[in-house]
Amino acid sequence: MQQPNRLKPFFENINFEREDNTMTVNFGPQHPSAHGQLRLVLELQGEEVVRSRPMIGYLHRGMEKMAENMIYNEFLPTTDRMDYIAATSNNYGYALAIEQLLGIEAPRRAEIIRTMLLELNRITSHLFWLATHALDVGAMSIFLYCFREREYAMDLIEAYCGARLTHSAVRIGGVPLDLPRDWCADVLSFLEVLEEQIGIYEGLLTENRIWKMRLENIGVITPEMAKSWGCSGIALRGSGIKWDLRKEMPYGLYPELEFDVPVSYTNDSYGRYKICMAEMRESSKILKQLVPMYFESKIELMAHAPNYISAPKEQIMTQNYSLMQHFVLVTQGMRPPVGEVYVATESPKGELGYYVVSDGNPYAYRLKMRTPSFQHTAILEEILVGLQLADVVTIIGNLNIVFGEIDR
Amino acid sequence: MRQYKNKDNVQRQAYYSDRFFVGPQVPRYDIASDDIFSKDLAEFREKVNVLDAFIEHTHLVLWIEKDNLFKAAELLKTELEYDMLIELSAIDYLATKDGFELFYEFLSLSKHKRVRIKCFIQKEEKVESLTSLFKSANWSEREMYDMFGVKIVNHPNMKRIIMPDDWYDHPLRKTYPLQGDEAASWYEVDKIFGKDARDIIGPEQRDPAAIDRYDTTRFARLGHEVPFGMDVSQFEPETPISYEEESGNTLVKKLKPEESVVLKRRK
Repeated sequence: MQQPNRLKPFFENINFEREDNTMTVNFGPQHPSAHGQLRLVLELQGEEVVRSRPMIGYLHRGMEKMAENMIYNEFLPTTDRMDYIAATSNNYGYALAIEQLLGIEAPRRAEIIRTMLLELNRITSHLFWLATHALDVGAMSIFLYCFREREYAMDLIEAYCGARLTHSAVRIGGVPLDLPRDWCADVLSFLEVLEEQIGIYEGLLTENRIWKMRLENIGVITPEMAKSWGCSGIALRGSGIKWDLRKEMPYGLYPELEFDVPVSYTNDSYGRYKICMAEMRESSKILKQLVPMYFESKIELMAHAPNYISAPKEQIMTQNYSLMQHFVLVTQGMRPPVGEVYVATESPKGELGYYVVSDGNPYAYRLKMRTPSFQHTAILEEILVGLQLADVVTIIGNLNIVFGEIDR
Repeated sequence: MRQYKNKDNVQRQAYYSDRFFVGPQVPRYDIASDDIFSKDLAEFREKVNVLDAFIEHTHLVLWIEKDNLFKAAELLKTELEYDMLIELSAIDYLATKDGFELFYEFLSLSKHKRVRIKCFIQKEEKVESLTSLFKSANWSEREMYDMFGVKIVNHPNMKRIIMPDDWYDHPLRKTYPLQGDEAASWYEVDKIFGKDARDIIGPEQRDPAAIDRYDTTRFARLGHEVPFGMDVSQFEPETPISYEEESGNTLVKKLKPEESVVLKRRK
């Protein structure tokens, strides 16, 4: 038992009375490499982690509650704030879920534009991940390089929708705008730069001795663990399970597109890094296929479903009934069919699912968002045990968790 | 007379509904239309009592009794190859049926199929934890308890996950107020400074656009700059914004808008 006096204060984080003398460290919630508001209570034996308890909830905004109190279109911009690194993936997941609830399909050109945005978002998200992860591990220059390329991608998205981070560029039933002139050419020239730059990142990292020492055999997630903990995305593919929803349970345009799903069988952080690099190349491949598809498609941006979706502006301004319907849809909101859908899409982080329960009213009765980062944070309870304190930072960075998505 | 408000459900309601409007239903399909599902269901029925089964939007939905939940999950995992528990949560039907609907989303990586197990529990009933089968249930069940107050038995770490441990009520219930939750609005003040500080600190200003124009401790007042904390309710000096002249500083030039160019492309 501690006997505090003026020279020996009471140390509340050292368990002296115990045989094994562990030390409890509070990591976060304001730790710069916790990637948001993550609080980890770590029990340390020397520098080794004996027990870890992740705690979340510091960024809880009650989005599921908000969803129950907003009409369906009104809620869409809120989804931006979940995974704010790749906002379109959230918008798209939500829009797709509502479209499947309504039983409508977005027109081809809208779908092409959405897929372009999705893949651009995947690239920006992976670049951001690489930048911050490398910075945590100690590679400063990668951070600067990645942010430069990410800036170009964000410029492209800004040119399309006017926003850099929270795009809301997808609507239920399509997209609001066509692409600006020369946008596709800009995308192609960006991809040229990007592919060259990915080579440079890999040159700096892949065979880098420090990088390999920090990542190899760190944060091992076995396939059984990955399945049991509900891992998805890169965390699942890094465990040797070839599972990408775009390929395995395809949606949107993905059945038509040609791309590979990179897998790693090493189960460790280094394998996940390799997958991420390969995925950026695949996204670039997809974008290149989408450009000719865009020019072949008809100009049609929103689905035709007068019960649920407002008519085009021109029609609203010329036809009485369209205007009335538009008024009802804006003031009261659409009334979707009664029922439940669960629609999952492959966001850059993993499986992003929306479970929507509709009772036929303009407000969702229940909307549950299944976010990949939530489960990837839960796994920290298990995989940190037995590692060194310095590896904690590596793993948090490597799992690519975003707190907007975890707390919602 | 004060307007009657339904306390069972304080969420927003549609302000107008057509009396004769009958909404459509998300189409449900017969199990026989899908080979894998019909085989799975036959195997499932042998071990667990199924109350209702149908295919709704590509998912097989199975209604079971809540006591069979663990058995059903075990069966799905070990024999039917549904190896991932993707998601679970509750839906609040306290107002109409005095209970919760629970849903459990399973995914089979080998069959590329999804199954949803659903069950209904009464308000005070408890359910068995699935954490020993699927570790993903660990946090999801904690979240379900936190948000709805659904009690779980045999959970390794049954604590609130998102809200603070001493939070009153469960936020996703339909009875949870959207505005005017007294305990919630003073939570931080009470916790950090104590209840006595309520009067000194005052209620939280929730309007992000609200600005007290005489408050010189928190706001810089462009064009009317004064020292920090000065009282300006009587007199506001004007401090017009002026820019550096060309002769003043060799490094700073005066901006001439007519001479500036907007770049077409990034250099």
